[in-house]
Amino acid sequence: MSELSTSTPPALATPAFTRGTRLRILVRMLAIQGSWNYEILMGNGMGFCIEPALRTLPGGREGTAYREALARQSAYFNAHPYLAALAVGALARAECDQVPPSRIERFRTALCGPLGSVGDRLVWAAWLPACSLVGLLLFGLHGTPQAVLLGFLLLYNAGHLWLRIWGLHAGWHQGLRVASALGHPVLQHGPRYIGRGAAVCAGLALPLAVHRALGGGDPLGAVPIGVAVATPLLAVVLVRVRGRAEGWRVVLLMLVLCVLYSVTR
Amino acid sequence: MGLEPAGASVAGVAVLAGVLGLDVVSFPQAMISRPIVAATVAGALAGSPVAGLACGAALECLALETLPVGASRYPEWGSASAVAGAVAATGAGPLSLPHPGMFVVAVVAGIVAGWYGGESMSWHRRLIARFARRRLGRLAEGDRRTVYALQAFGIGADLLRGALNGLLFFLPARATALWVSARWSLPGDLTRAVTITAVAAVAAAALWIDFHAISGTRRLFLLSLTLGTLLVVIGV
Repeated sequence: MSELSTSTPPALATPAFTRGTRLRILVRMLAIQGSWNYEILMGNGMGFCIEPALRTLPGGREGTAYREALARQSAYFNAHPYLAALAVGALARAECDQVPPSRIERFRTALCGPLGSVGDRLVWAAWLPACSLVGLLLFGLHGTPQAVLLGFLLLYNAGHLWLRIWGLHAGWHQGLRVASALGHPVLQHGPRYIGRGAAVCAGLALPLAVHRALGGGDPLGAVPIGVAVATPLLAVVLVRVRGRAEGWRVVLLMLVLCVLYSVTR
Repeated sequence: MGLEPAGASVAGVAVLAGVLGLDVVSFPQAMISRPIVAATVAGALAGSPVAGLACGAALECLALETLPVGASRYPEWGSASAVAGAVAATGAGPLSLPHPGMFVVAVVAGIVAGWYGGESMSWHRRLIARFARRRLGRLAEGDRRTVYALQAFGIGADLLRGALNGLLFFLPARATALWVSARWSLPGDLTRAVTITAVAAVAAAALWIDFHAISGTRRLFLLSLTLGTLLVVIGV
């Protein structure tokens, strides 16, 4: 983090960041993990995304500055794929400002950890489950397939695309001072508020979705009451065996036994 | 029984599985690969979006348990949900829930295909690493054609991986589901109850564990769970 917190902005004037370049980078960022691998992780994807901005370097695409910058940006890198937009913007700016290579490399290395952990906490652990639960709630409220799909996809992608667009914008404008963007309230407090919203949504969604999936009959019949009793009991068992057995494996075993019993009895 | 093997074409499921498998990591990560979306689309392709949606909701409960974090291994639900949704929709009417036997086998097929898909993602990543290793020299020279080639190779291979996953599981899963459904002896409501209890318990356990991180969240969950149950009882 030291490179992130002690950096000072370069004294050069802001280079042009045309709408065309921004759009090209944004579209490419959708494929930032297109070549994710165990050798350089998303390094090649970073180079691929930043490349349109590098074309403005002296000498253009055939120039030495372009090739050196592309080589630097295609080396090992890892971050959350959406929040990598901050790194893409900041590193593109640093390259266009012709910041010394050693400093760019140190800065690039320092970005990996924070962008990974903040993104995982905000998106994978909070936003995605929350949107999933909204989808399940819509299903439980007897939403049509189209309503469930649109509700989930529009909500999720509003957050997803906002993060990528904001990240690129903030990264480019803050350059090497991008660490301050990590203090954005959404990144800092978002997981807490989204988590609380998800808890409310989960509590409403589970019984409603279960009821619809059961066929929507009398909720006080023997089968729904049985489900209402058995589900929390099984959940407690799963919480207790956590770390030793993943839930999907337990479900697989239960359902295979159910199939065998039903077809052989 | 009225279960017709007609429904989604093998090619249709393979193409859909490829596109959905691609969305998981490579492009564009818009979460069209989430089971609740993917299985519904596959169900619609097979003639019953509602059956696909019911299967997708069940698999979505399981997907809540796994976080798709970086290099960790997790089931690949995109192509798996294409298989599961198409199987669940086989023989179901456009607005009807899946046949109980089909439903159980579809969820089982989704889990197995998801597990295999997760393994295949790991092989895919190793394959790109091997492809990249031979080109590290040219990458270090800043050759843009190499950068493009690596991206194209990774995305193309991932599309193929998802499609193959769909091909590998769809026909056997559908044949098994038809065979099982013809011999199914448990009452439909009991079958659904067993399946739904299992997946809902996984979701509840996963959420309970996740909510531990934020103070007061578990209490909110329990309060809204009570409210949700009341809404069901009063018939909302």
